[in-house]
Amino acid sequence: MVKRKLLILGGVLLLGLALSVNGFAKKAEVKEPYKIGCLFAFTGPASWLGEPERRTAVWIENKVNKAGGINGHPLKLLIEDTKGDPTAAVLAAKKLLKEGVLAIVGPSTSGESMAVVPIMEEAEQILVSCAAAEAIVHDPKTDKERKWIFKTPQKDSHVVQRIYGHMKKSGIIKVAIITDTTGFGAQGREQLKKYAPEFGITIVSDETYGPKDTDLTPQLTKIKGTEAQAIVNWSILPAQTTVMKNRIQLGITIPLYQSHGFGNTKYAAAAGEAAEGVIFPCGRVLVAESLNKKHPQKKLLVEYKKAYESQHKEDVSTFGGHALDALNLVVAALKASGPDKDKMRSFIENKKGFVGTGGIFNFSPTDHTGLGLDSLEMLTVKKGKFDLYKK
Amino acid sequence: MGLPLYSQIIQYILSGITIGSVYAIIAIGFNIIYNSTSIINFAQGEFVMLGGLIMILFTVMLKFPLVLGFLLTVLILTLVGIIMERFAISPIKKPTVVTLIIVTIAVSILFKGIAMLIWGKDTHFLPPFSGEKGIAFIGASLNPQYIWIVGITVIVVVLLSIFFKYTIIGKAMTACAVNRTAASLMGINVKRMVLLSFALSAAIGGIAGIIITPITLMAYDNGAILGLKGFGAAVLGGLGNFYGAIFAGLLLGIMESLGAGLIHSGYKDAIALLVLLLVLFIKPSGIFGVTEISEFKKF
Amino acid sequence: MDKKDSLILLFLTVCLVVFPFIVTNTYYISTMVFVGIHGIIAIGLSLLMGYAGQISIGHAAFFGLGAYTSAVLTAKLGFHPWSAFFLGILLSSCIALIIGIPSLKLKGHYLAMATLGFGEITYIVFNELTDITGGPSGIGDIPKISLAGYVMNTDIKYYFFVWAFLLLILALSLNLIHSRIGRALRSIHDSEVAANAMGVNTSKLKIQVFLISAVFGSVAGSLYTHYVTFVSPSSFSLFFSVLLVMMVVIGGMHSVWGALIGAALLTILPEFLRALKDFEIFVYGAVLLLIMIFLPRGLSGGLEYLFNRLIKKL
Repeated sequence: MVKRKLLILGGVLLLGLALSVNGFAKKAEVKEPYKIGCLFAFTGPASWLGEPERRTAVWIENKVNKAGGINGHPLKLLIEDTKGDPTAAVLAAKKLLKEGVLAIVGPSTSGESMAVVPIMEEAEQILVSCAAAEAIVHDPKTDKERKWIFKTPQKDSHVVQRIYGHMKKSGIIKVAIITDTTGFGAQGREQLKKYAPEFGITIVSDETYGPKDTDLTPQLTKIKGTEAQAIVNWSILPAQTTVMKNRIQLGITIPLYQSHGFGNTKYAAAAGEAAEGVIFPCGRVLVAESLNKKHPQKKLLVEYKKAYESQHKEDVSTFGGHALDALNLVVAALKASGPDKDKMRSFIENKKGFVGTGGIFNFSPTDHTGLGLDSLEMLTVKKGKFDLYKK
Repeated sequence: MGLPLYSQIIQYILSGITIGSVYAIIAIGFNIIYNSTSIINFAQGEFVMLGGLIMILFTVMLKFPLVLGFLLTVLILTLVGIIMERFAISPIKKPTVVTLIIVTIAVSILFKGIAMLIWGKDTHFLPPFSGEKGIAFIGASLNPQYIWIVGITVIVVVLLSIFFKYTIIGKAMTACAVNRTAASLMGINVKRMVLLSFALSAAIGGIAGIIITPITLMAYDNGAILGLKGFGAAVLGGLGNFYGAIFAGLLLGIMESLGAGLIHSGYKDAIALLVLLLVLFIKPSGIFGVTEISEFKKF
Repeated sequence: MDKKDSLILLFLTVCLVVFPFIVTNTYYISTMVFVGIHGIIAIGLSLLMGYAGQISIGHAAFFGLGAYTSAVLTAKLGFHPWSAFFLGILLSSCIALIIGIPSLKLKGHYLAMATLGFGEITYIVFNELTDITGGPSGIGDIPKISLAGYVMNTDIKYYFFVWAFLLLILALSLNLIHSRIGRALRSIHDSEVAANAMGVNTSKLKIQVFLISAVFGSVAGSLYTHYVTFVSPSSFSLFFSVLLVMMVVIGGMHSVWGALIGAALLTILPEFLRALKDFEIFVYGAVLLLIMIFLPRGLSGGLEYLFNRLIKKL
């Protein structure tokens, strides 16, 4: 018995040692670097967001340093895992601030961002969030943009307006909405309900489901029993596949719209034929190659897409792009104004025509998102691939 | 347009039976270990997760034929069960129920961590065994994989019943369940039976993982929720009772499905849990449980 | 409270007062704030598990009820933080009574399932009552709490605030354990039948302890809310309930000190393991497993054993 216990102990210690060598093995920097903090949920339930964000951030770090750093200073990223948990995000943010970062990029989810926002406002440090909720940058109580907080993903309200606009053109007035019970799904549901009257649309069915739910036939059967002319699904990745599959199994033929959270080819491919014809508004990174040569985003998108896909053997998603934009923005601010947080902040706040993966950003003191409705394209799935939607 | 209500209800019940079969088979896994050790193995859901992911490794990544992949997966899971018992359960001297609960939770975290390192954080896919074109069934639509799930669950249950009733080892395991001390006095090697119960329930968890993955998809962190539902079914049916587990599993599945369809989808789990609580308040040892047994195994 | 406990309590208080003067890094202070918050609820749970012998895998619900009551009432309806704080305690107590009376008749794993079910239902309600709780998006911009004119707006102030609560709760719990009720409780843990035969009203006692632990949970929840100033359901999931049980057991459920040690370990350990990134979860599981294999009575049990051996040698 004792022997076995010792064996276990030895084995685990050895493994731990091997792992920690792996974990701590980082090259020492020679010159005084610019430190930027990153908060990504690369483990836990939001790792589908955090992992591409982390990979993208590392890519940018290497790219900047290969090009000689920022005004001669190397860029050093301090990346912390938030696990999709607001408490962990709070602690990680405090840790990064103590380590003297000049700005923080992230967190990945809206909930974590909301938890980190007051810390950054108090510390008067820049936060460029990679999450979509508008409350992150906009204080509903004062109805003003939060001074130190920015974000790069498109607004949910813009996505909803694009979907409804498209429906209006196609003569659809009765829709069923189905959303998941994550922060992402809930924000979408709120906006879908808010904008429906403006577009003359009636929501005839409003279903929800848990992000780990495995069978959505009950919800879809209920929708099948209504007069809906189209379905809007708003959820995080794996569940979107289930919606598409179950819909086909039940023989539902009305069009299916997805949110911009659908931005990953793998999940379209997994649904196979069930994904054909699905319509969704999204940033342009997924259709980088099909863009017009003169499109201002084309160069950046193609470069990013190629680099990501060759390095990780995985299709690029829009999520990593949010981190790319956020980090590029901070780097640009550093380049222009040096490590002075007040100057950096006002640089970002007044930046116009900043080319990112999510669109062309035009920030202003009254808009800390900087993206317009035109940052989104309507896409569709054709033969397992994403393509621009054409009538 | 619209689907008539009776067709809707048939659809709800069909999905309920399918998802319920899954809960039932996971609950049986709980019961096998519970009977021989009075441990609730909170890593049971991780067996299901590993079953699905290992099957994907063999059939999707290595392109093995389905049957071979199935057999290999079950074999590996059996080994996983044995390793777990040898290295986590049996080294503990004088274990209390709560200690064992924490140990199995720690093991489940460990399995989760290992699965994350091997398969990454992505959700993986397993194609259905025989296509996914819905079969029409009195106005409702039936996914062919449903038939596989229900069919294999039935086969597993029948085989287990035969095993426990008619084989020496099976009878010995049942004896342990009834009274460990007496079983040990009768010359049954209780320790070996405990090992066997872990092997068996891991294998069954693996089978559950294999058959449900085409519908549910699988990721490293899916084990907990599946284990939770299985535990619910095991308790509702009365811990240790096989037929109780099947009945309760199906009941939970159907209630969830009807709850989602007829009441509100966001509350479907709450509805199922509420019924579970009410049943427990009325009958504190589950639907088919014996009060005496539930009295024995306290903390 | 006996002499040994009083001495340790005094020693702990001194250490706590000195700590922020030695360690000025706000990140460590902040970690200690969470240790305190988790400690408060873990102490309550250890009274229930270690002394009354009843398990609860749903205590995140009381934490959540306290947190949400404070959040909704102060951020949305403009209540004073302290009135919300006490209303949270009131709400948690009522719900603890409603759920405790039928649940505590259950035994063993059935009780585990019932409390787990209650925790999950509460979690679902937090998610679904969007109009009140903000649903999965949560509630932000929650005002800070103040005491005697001092706004608790820095990590250090909050550190003292939380740990003052914890010491108060610890002292209360220690007194309870050494009172008549405490002795009666231990008799339930040893043998409920015997306790009953000796004239102890076991079911009433169990419910009282459940109530106390729910109140502690609610207090911890309100403290959490005014510190983080944001709440969302994900903080009150089953995962957190299980974490609380682990704190109590890993620390050693035979003493309230164990709960405090467990809360400290399981709050600080993930911060230590941050450098491991993707390997963290694996190492975390391994550490838990090793503690349980080598110290089945938990860390406090292990410490006590070492302490006793040391004394023998001296």
